[in-house]
Amino acid sequence: MNTQDNVSALRLEHITKTFGSIVANKDVDLQLRYGEVLAILGENGSGKTTLMNMISGIYHPDEGQIYIKDQLVSINSPKDAFEYGIGMVHQHFKLVDVFTATENIVLGIKEKGRFSIKRSAAKIAEICGRYGFDLDPNKKIYEMSVSEKQTVEIVKVLYRGADILILDEPTAVLTPQETDKLFNVIRRMRQDGKSIIIITHKLHEVMEISDRVAVLRKGEHIATVETKDVTESELTDMMVGQKITLNIERTLSENTPDRLIVSGVSMTNKEGVKVIDDISFSAKAGEILGIAGVAGSGQRELLELIAGLRTPDCGDITYVDPSTGNKVDLRKKTPMQIRDLGVRLSFVPEDRLGMGLVGNMDIIDNMMLRTYKNGNPLFLDRQPSRVLANDIIRSLEVVTPGATTPVRRLSGGNVQKVLVGREISSAPSVLMAAYPVRGLDINSSYTIYNLLNAQKKNGAAVIYVGEDLDVLLELCDRIMVICGGTVSGILDGRTAEKQQVGALMTKKKEARQ
Amino acid sequence: MNAVLYSISQFIALSVVQGTPLLFGSTGEILTEKSGNLNLGIPGIMYIGAISGIVGGFFYQRTGYIIPMLAIIIPLVCSLIGSLLASLIYCFLTVTLRANQNVTGLALTTFGVGFGNFFGGSLIKLTNSDTPNLTLPYIARPYKAHIPLFEGTWFGELFFSYGFLVYVSIALAIIVTIVLKKTRVGLHLRAVGESPATADAAGINVTKYKYLATCIGGMIAGLGGLYYVMDYSNGIWSNNAFGDRGWLAIALVIFAVWRPSIGIAGSYLFGGLYILYNYMTVSMQLQPIMQMLPYVVTIIVLITVSLRKKRENLPPASLGLSYFREER
Repeated sequence: MNTQDNVSALRLEHITKTFGSIVANKDVDLQLRYGEVLAILGENGSGKTTLMNMISGIYHPDEGQIYIKDQLVSINSPKDAFEYGIGMVHQHFKLVDVFTATENIVLGIKEKGRFSIKRSAAKIAEICGRYGFDLDPNKKIYEMSVSEKQTVEIVKVLYRGADILILDEPTAVLTPQETDKLFNVIRRMRQDGKSIIIITHKLHEVMEISDRVAVLRKGEHIATVETKDVTESELTDMMVGQKITLNIERTLSENTPDRLIVSGVSMTNKEGVKVIDDISFSAKAGEILGIAGVAGSGQRELLELIAGLRTPDCGDITYVDPSTGNKVDLRKKTPMQIRDLGVRLSFVPEDRLGMGLVGNMDIIDNMMLRTYKNGNPLFLDRQPSRVLANDIIRSLEVVTPGATTPVRRLSGGNVQKVLVGREISSAPSVLMAAYPVRGLDINSSYTIYNLLNAQKKNGAAVIYVGEDLDVLLELCDRIMVICGGTVSGILDGRTAEKQQVGALMTKKKEARQ
Repeated sequence: MNAVLYSISQFIALSVVQGTPLLFGSTGEILTEKSGNLNLGIPGIMYIGAISGIVGGFFYQRTGYIIPMLAIIIPLVCSLIGSLLASLIYCFLTVTLRANQNVTGLALTTFGVGFGNFFGGSLIKLTNSDTPNLTLPYIARPYKAHIPLFEGTWFGELFFSYGFLVYVSIALAIIVTIVLKKTRVGLHLRAVGESPATADAAGINVTKYKYLATCIGGMIAGLGGLYYVMDYSNGIWSNNAFGDRGWLAIALVIFAVWRPSIGIAGSYLFGGLYILYNYMTVSMQLQPIMQMLPYVVTIIVLITVSLRKKRENLPPASLGLSYFREER
């Protein structure tokens, strides 16, 4: 088939979007035909969601044009998108908990005639029947499972008459059975002439459901191909791309005893999902162990388990004391005791100030969060913290008016430097850093890499959770790849291939066999 | 037998009279809270509603020509304007400038009480009165006029012994209930109070709904103040006489679990508990303890509701929080 079809449901031309100095999308062209399922494939941070948010009116592109049915349009709000027949189902559902499904679906619609929940419920039942949704219109959202909530979101979009549906990682929260059900619904919608975009990074799902695949990498559109013409490994190659040399320093590690041994650890979260499934590994002194995996594969939970913030269902976490060589069971320790042993967690979730620092306190007081128990039991001694704060500002080149500036006024990179600086100041024996360079510019990123390397030279076991494979391959001595809560492989950082890591990140089943 | 029935209906009628300011206040506050605005300025707004009505009535009474219709309309309109302006202050600070709702509300209450006492005091000065109060008997008369049906019987006492504002308060509570439950506007308003981000994404103008609900709610509450001075206290204003009724109205919101229809019965229960000491032989010192009863009942309701954990009985999920669009 000719890719330059005259009429397409949706066409993007030269779309570019930047956030500050970060380019989220660069010159992206994309075309969606009538009645097809187009998969958008890419790693975390490849700009998939940003691109879709521009189509659904949440962001406005800096450059480029959007055509709907070959009409040039400007989409300035989600409302505009609705009017053009575009409906997006986000990863985080936007539903009112105490409302019924029907109330949520009709919310914000200005229909003609008298307002009647009953009539709307009947219309919803009709839509559900047509596409095979399983939904009780009168059930309250808070009584629903995740899958049911997702159904409400999809029906909401259909109720508004959308003929272009965008599903942002719809299967991330579903069980395999629920995924099958969703795919059946998607096929029926396709038969009905709807055009569907599905964002995912699960290759087997791409192969199963899509007609064509568009691959994004680092904000750029790499290619759009017919699904039947490609193999999974070709897609992986397109997704991860060629290796880029970054020149991150990596010293050879010698004499590396085990420092932290994790064996057979599993954990179920409060929704009853097994987020960590039988993970075993060891972190050695004087090396950087990288953890790779798509977001939400259990990285966060694993680090929190080690730091004592969560309790595993089963398995052992053992710490080897560097001075005595004694083995200590971390599972029986409180987070405070674990920290006193020298295990440090520097965690950078999406909201940086959530777990590490207190936004309204200044740099000095944030230093004291670690040391407030030292010294005089009645009065605080700020002097050591003041010295430390000034040290960090000088050595890490933190841009701040002074040590007494509240950290929330600093930029993301500088907040990160303060956090990492504090964590390493006490010479930890295990340093865990999750996404420490997320949102940082190049220079700040290299500062952080150097800090991690310095810790490695000092004999600390460094665990680095990252998302950029190029960085992982250059920085880490070993790379542990996790997928869906299990270890799908541990590779040597010096010899591993990018494609190899990419494949392990998405192939849970094969690795388990 | 008839005498017993008569005195029971008299007690109920007194409870209704006592409860009506609370009903106005709580209906207004429920409407406001459904938009996610915790307006603790309601006691102050009720003061402002009362004094605004008094000011309007005072200057109208000075003209000397009293037409009953105008005697009702002028204080009514003044009261509505006064409480509307006070509500606008609250909206501007909390919705537009996103100031802390608790602080703003408490400040508004302090302001409203002072505002009432200041202008009340000034008017009393103007009249060169010997007593520290102001009387508007000609204005109050039409407010107190009741329907002359079944007079002297328990039935008339129970249903027809009130001024028109009592019926207005019941009608408003019912209307607000219907609007919240049965209309599209009500659905949108509840969505704004539960999850403004969801409402925003659905194309609902969150700011507009918050402003409208808070201003209309404030005006309804202000009528409670007007009722108090014109009907309950016969057109007599004396400083601080309104007392803690504004806070009782807020307690009633919790008691009614955010349903104006329950608020009707609740306000009369509160009114009854408030005057119960008159019917019991307690010493003067113990009277304040008796007047605490409505609050005790509220605490019991609060505990019961918390224990039952029924989602429908909880306050709106984003009550007291400012909405920032950028926070996705």
